[in-house]
Amino acid sequence: MNNLKQRPVHLNLMKIRLPIGGIMSIIHRATGIVMFLAVPWLIYLLDLSLISEQGYQDAISLLHSPIGVLMLFALMWSLIHHLLAGIRYLLIDIDIGVEKLIARKTAWLVTLLAPPLGLALTWGLL
Amino acid sequence: MTRKASGLKAWALQRVTAIYIGVFALYLLFALMFDNPSSYPAWIQWFAHPIMGIATLVFIVSILLHAWVGVRDVIIDYIKPIAIRAPLLALIALSLLACALWASQSLILVRLI
Repeated sequence: MNNLKQRPVHLNLMKIRLPIGGIMSIIHRATGIVMFLAVPWLIYLLDLSLISEQGYQDAISLLHSPIGVLMLFALMWSLIHHLLAGIRYLLIDIDIGVEKLIARKTAWLVTLLAPPLGLALTWGLL
Repeated sequence: MTRKASGLKAWALQRVTAIYIGVFALYLLFALMFDNPSSYPAWIQWFAHPIMGIATLVFIVSILLHAWVGVRDVIIDYIKPIAIRAPLLALIALSLLACALWASQSLILVRLI
């Protein structure tokens, strides 16, 4: 019992060394929260764009404003990371890619692929 | 909702909604990039189509359910005091419901234009 109490506890985030799977997993969560917070903004844009010709033009200029572009990029990065990580989890559910080396490689792939793909999507949408 | 969407049911719900959201989101993105309805009449015509309207509503309800299961897990993991956790979960559930109804309202109104 004494031994247990004396073990070093590193809850300092700078000292915890997570494997890439753990980092990818945390980003999966964070991106989920980002998209959850963006839901009202997206529905606002949809509602605005549908309600009238003027609203449609307003929604387009909102999306093309600096803040709009930034939010769109954050959303697209989040969507791609969340989607790729989600597909990885579904494959692991059916025993594909469970082996440690492969799981690490796919975690790297998801994490590194998401920002450029998010950027490409933002570019394609605007 | 909390008891109905716990354990195995939540696990299954999360996967079923994930697949629908993933497929429909990709459809939306590709349609917007390569077959962009670039005028207001074309835009509302797209959403006024009955199949598109229903598919979008299912998409929105799927996001609502998926977000509920996901956000609830995060809150249960990080927010321990029940006096904060319970009202926060209630607020999130009501907000998600309000968002779904708001979107439904827009999609129903567009068919009347």
